[in-house]
Amino acid sequence: MRRHGFARDALIETLHTVQESFGCLDKESLNFVAASLRVPLSHAYGVATFYHFFTMKPPGAHTCLICMGTACYIKGAGNLLNEAEAQLQIKAGETTADRQASLITARCIGSCSVAPAVVLDGEMVGNMDGVLLRRKMEGWKSS
Amino acid sequence: MTPEELEQIAIETRDKRKNLVRELNVCTAAGCLSLRSDSLKAALEEEVKKTGATCRVRGVGCMGLCSQGPLVAEHPTGVMYSKASSADAAEIVGNPRGPAVQKLVCSKQQPFFERQSFLVLENSGQIDPEKIEEYIAVGGYQSLVTALTEKQPNEIVQEVSKSGLRGRGGAGYPTGLKWGTVAKTAGTTKYLICNADEGDPGAFMDRSVLESDPHRVLEGMIIAGYAVGASRGFVYVRAEYPLAVKRLGIAIRDARKLGLLGSQICNTKFSFDLEVRIGGGAFVCGEETALIASIEGRRGTPRPRPPYPAQSGLWEMPTLINNVETYACIPSILRTGGDRFANIGTKKSKGTKVFALTGRVRNVGLIEVPMGVTLRQIIFEIGGGVPEGRKFKAVQTGGPSGGCIPEQFLDLPVDYESLKEVGSIMGSGGMIVMDDGACMVNVARYFMEFCMSESCGKCIPCRAGTAQMYELLTRITTGIATMRDLELLEELCEMVSSTSLCGLGQSAPNPVISTLRYFREEYIEHIEEKRCKAGVCECGVKQEVMA
Repeated sequence: MRRHGFARDALIETLHTVQESFGCLDKESLNFVAASLRVPLSHAYGVATFYHFFTMKPPGAHTCLICMGTACYIKGAGNLLNEAEAQLQIKAGETTADRQASLITARCIGSCSVAPAVVLDGEMVGNMDGVLLRRKMEGWKSS
Repeated sequence: MTPEELEQIAIETRDKRKNLVRELNVCTAAGCLSLRSDSLKAALEEEVKKTGATCRVRGVGCMGLCSQGPLVAEHPTGVMYSKASSADAAEIVGNPRGPAVQKLVCSKQQPFFERQSFLVLENSGQIDPEKIEEYIAVGGYQSLVTALTEKQPNEIVQEVSKSGLRGRGGAGYPTGLKWGTVAKTAGTTKYLICNADEGDPGAFMDRSVLESDPHRVLEGMIIAGYAVGASRGFVYVRAEYPLAVKRLGIAIRDARKLGLLGSQICNTKFSFDLEVRIGGGAFVCGEETALIASIEGRRGTPRPRPPYPAQSGLWEMPTLINNVETYACIPSILRTGGDRFANIGTKKSKGTKVFALTGRVRNVGLIEVPMGVTLRQIIFEIGGGVPEGRKFKAVQTGGPSGGCIPEQFLDLPVDYESLKEVGSIMGSGGMIVMDDGACMVNVARYFMEFCMSESCGKCIPCRAGTAQMYELLTRITTGIATMRDLELLEELCEMVSSTSLCGLGQSAPNPVISTLRYFREEYIEHIEEKRCKAGVCECGVKQEVMA
């Protein structure tokens, strides 16, 4: 926040930093950010919930992000999602009960050249198929 | 920084390269990185160190043919290796003429490379995007230095107007006119914004430009700042593009160090500085007024125009907003002159355009072609056609605001007007090829789902209309719709497009309208025969046929 001179317009920047550091935005951090930047809490909450990138729920130990962009969709991203949902037994946007894995979808990660693309624990893998995805996620539940 | 100093850096960098016996250029843009080009590069470096070979390994930007990645280009022979992996590193370094490496050679004498003409992408894949001196070595920042030291701001605006450049974000507003408006608007504080919130699914041109040649965009922005009299600029980049953000950061830092950014650039009175702002993953923020709201730290909701941002934008000051590719055209226009640029292209659309060619096409990747080439040339010559013996069905341009263009228009010259005429738009440049395995109703539903969840919720036609249209399309794809639903859908299309507040809502029905226009029989098949020819939708009868 200091880097941005506690300017009010740095709210989104600050929230990005918070999420990067703590994994998600919780009530406490939102309160703190709102107070420090002197913006109403409702405003901070509004911004945090408006943008898809921010999450109020802590993510699991592993994350699987499936790109649902047009190119990926045409090349079978829907099937990948079904596969991942079946394997982790959660729906997109959820985290398993043991907090081991989260499944999220993205609008488009711009890796259409290697569609369908999936980001596993921050590492992008292109030309994904169901079998490969299953193998990559095998270790996640037991660990 | 004086012109002489700039020239000195360019000569030094060029000389250093001239003495190289051999150089391996590995693509380190997002496409190849996801195919592990980083470990390939590390393996090559390791191998060179181990064997003491006289060879430099360098990371460069995107070379275009992303589906064949990771790509390695050899200098000075010009040989290109495709689909190389770390396991090939030893052979590539030690035995490049051996059979194992020869298998990887990818001919550059193929239509994919020969049919393109590079302007925005001229340095892409040629230079290391993280080194400012390499951009300078290929003539970078010359346009800026000349502009600042020899030209008046209004001369630059005139030159840009002469070039006929139109906004590359999709709408095609004449860039020179926009610059002129901002320049003429009274006010001491003006802002500049670069829209890098490339939200259209299936589009990655801006990402590639920022990852492969970030200085080009900076140079364009600084020149624009000088031309319109702005002193502060923002680059609004998607959070989904971490590599682009990183390289932009490096580029800004290096440009500041050399005095090309900051106060009193090139010892003139002109001061200009840039900041990167990271988006929050909202599609609507690609709309200019929503983007401005987002930079101000608010929810990204659009507001009615006028006033246009050129008059009252960021913090109610005159603001120039252009797309990444638009700024990237500027250095070339100033270097070779507006007339030269205006010679390329069609009557109303000048210059070249970068497209992201994806979907069911053999050569997936990033291409740049002059305006006015036909879709057939792009898809069948450069793209190599539809693979696996399938049949071409349609090409989708313009993302969720565009439409699907069927086979009968393949010979259409691509420009802003012609695409609009057939019910699509130029858009930012995503081109997704679909074969006969795609169901058009399902595609329309996919885009409607997109618009529905990306609607910011401010105006009712968009918020409620997209949801209703999505419901109707779902009814059709699941085989429970009636012809009355189709009528309702068409009515809603009309209503949403004419009454929504911003571009998102106004163009949301486009995918539906265009598929209805060319593939109406598919909708009717879904409704009356409960049949999906492509076998994508589960509308009841399909299962019986299968059984």
